[in-house]
Amino acid sequence: MGKVAIIGVGQSTFVRSYPGSIRELAFEGFREALKDSTMKASDIGASVVCSAPEYDKQRSPAGVLAEYLGLNPQPTFYVETLCSSSSTGLKLAYSLVASGLHDSVAVIGFQKMSEISSAESQERMGRGADIQWESPFGTMMPAYYAMHAQAHMAKYGTTSEDLALIRVKAATYGQINEKAVYRKPVTLDMFATPQSPMGGPVSSPLRVGDCCANADGSSCVIVVNEEKAKAFSKKPIWILGIGSASTSVNMAGRDILSGLTVAKESADQAYKMAGVTAKDIDVAEVHDCFTIAEMMAYEALGFAKPGEGRDLIRGKETYKEGSIPVNVDGGLLSKGHPIGATGGSQIRTIVLQLRGEAGPMQVKDPKIGLVHNIGGVGLYGNVTILGR
Amino acid sequence: MSEKKKEVDDRFKKFGTVSFTSLTKTNDFITNLEQGKISGTRCKDCGAVYFPPRADCCKCLSSNVEWFDVAGKGKLVTYSKLEYAPVGFGEDLPYSIALLDYGTYKVFGRLAKDLPENEVKVGMELKTVANKLPNGQLNYVFVKA
Ligand SMILES: [Zn+2]
Repeated sequence: MGKVAIIGVGQSTFVRSYPGSIRELAFEGFREALKDSTMKASDIGASVVCSAPEYDKQRSPAGVLAEYLGLNPQPTFYVETLCSSSSTGLKLAYSLVASGLHDSVAVIGFQKMSEISSAESQERMGRGADIQWESPFGTMMPAYYAMHAQAHMAKYGTTSEDLALIRVKAATYGQINEKAVYRKPVTLDMFATPQSPMGGPVSSPLRVGDCCANADGSSCVIVVNEEKAKAFSKKPIWILGIGSASTSVNMAGRDILSGLTVAKESADQAYKMAGVTAKDIDVAEVHDCFTIAEMMAYEALGFAKPGEGRDLIRGKETYKEGSIPVNVDGGLLSKGHPIGATGGSQIRTIVLQLRGEAGPMQVKDPKIGLVHNIGGVGLYGNVTILGR
Repeated sequence: MSEKKKEVDDRFKKFGTVSFTSLTKTNDFITNLEQGKISGTRCKDCGAVYFPPRADCCKCLSSNVEWFDVAGKGKLVTYSKLEYAPVGFGEDLPYSIALLDYGTYKVFGRLAKDLPENEVKVGMELKTVANKLPNGQLNYVFVKA
């Protein structure tokens, strides 16, 4: 298989409520990525459109977006794996380019979640679980991740304060990321009591501050073969490894609750393909839809042994200056989580880091970066390893 | 010309506070639940055990399955108490969802309302019982073993 590179990345600013249509929202991420790539829309061989369905009136959004972005008559495909849709889109783009079917593919992720209420959104996300056997009990995403948190705490003695420290870190970088939806600082004091701004109970043991906010946003990643990469880019970023996995949608079908098996499985595949180990990763983006998700990611990716993730955050090892910087763009917790756009935004962050273009968030001279993007409650996982 | 309406077996619409599906080949689960039994399926060809129940066995591709009762005690794997609920479940708040491990299979459900919160501990033994909800729907809950 030929080498595959990323030569353009873009995203919209993530906002609570985008004052426009989905095609206009998608245009923002696409324009930034296309300009970044120095390509023209007519140079792009195909597009992959990624989102989680049911948030928009528009059915089959790929066709509408391809037309609006000037990507006709090239083929366009729609892919969906809930919150990991656009890293799945990246994998599809990789396959299309590596196989030689297309020399270039635009991966376009978007989500406009603001057209429905938060409770309606929870109900839709809850139906990303098993609607026959679990949703009738009144499930929602925070409750499922809370069950993972409870199991992690029971097994390893992880505390609510350990989780709050992850939120504090996210906010440190959300403040300096101009694309983030949440730009304010967060301190441990804000978790002090149930009446504190971050301390209100949501689904035990998770509190308000443990949960990411819904956001509207779009992202775009331009994926090309080696020939195009050399023709259009001075700093191509290569896809070195890409792993994916799935597991039982039912919690009843899971062997381990203190971690996500899809993350471990995807990471093992990606490390093997890239020929690197956890020690080689200089900067990472992980799927912190909830604080516990970042804690479990440390352990699944091998940054810490199972149960020792808390030592990383207590020692500030995942801060920008630490031994393994994680989510130094604010993560989903502060940057925001527009479901279909999230994976593409994570990839953008790592590409900018590897190019040395991450501005105030720049980690010192990273050579290899990793993206961990999870769909549903550990239902789908993608781990992607990128290098200069 | 009139066509006689076919009887639709939509028993599953009775499952849970809000049911999202009514047509399934595992509808006998509801009849069993009405009789106070929580049931899973076992493949008669290869012996694979399934909870939640399934009409089809993915291990040997057989659809020759039989019901068994979820009986005895399970160990509490994890749980969470919800303070917010999705649309349609607000009246039930607060409630706790939980997972019980029976060894060869696990059961996802709710903790019984009258189980004191301070007594709930991961690893404790509980059993699964049928439950009628205030709105007339059926589910099952975990009670002290
Ligand atoms: Zn079988």
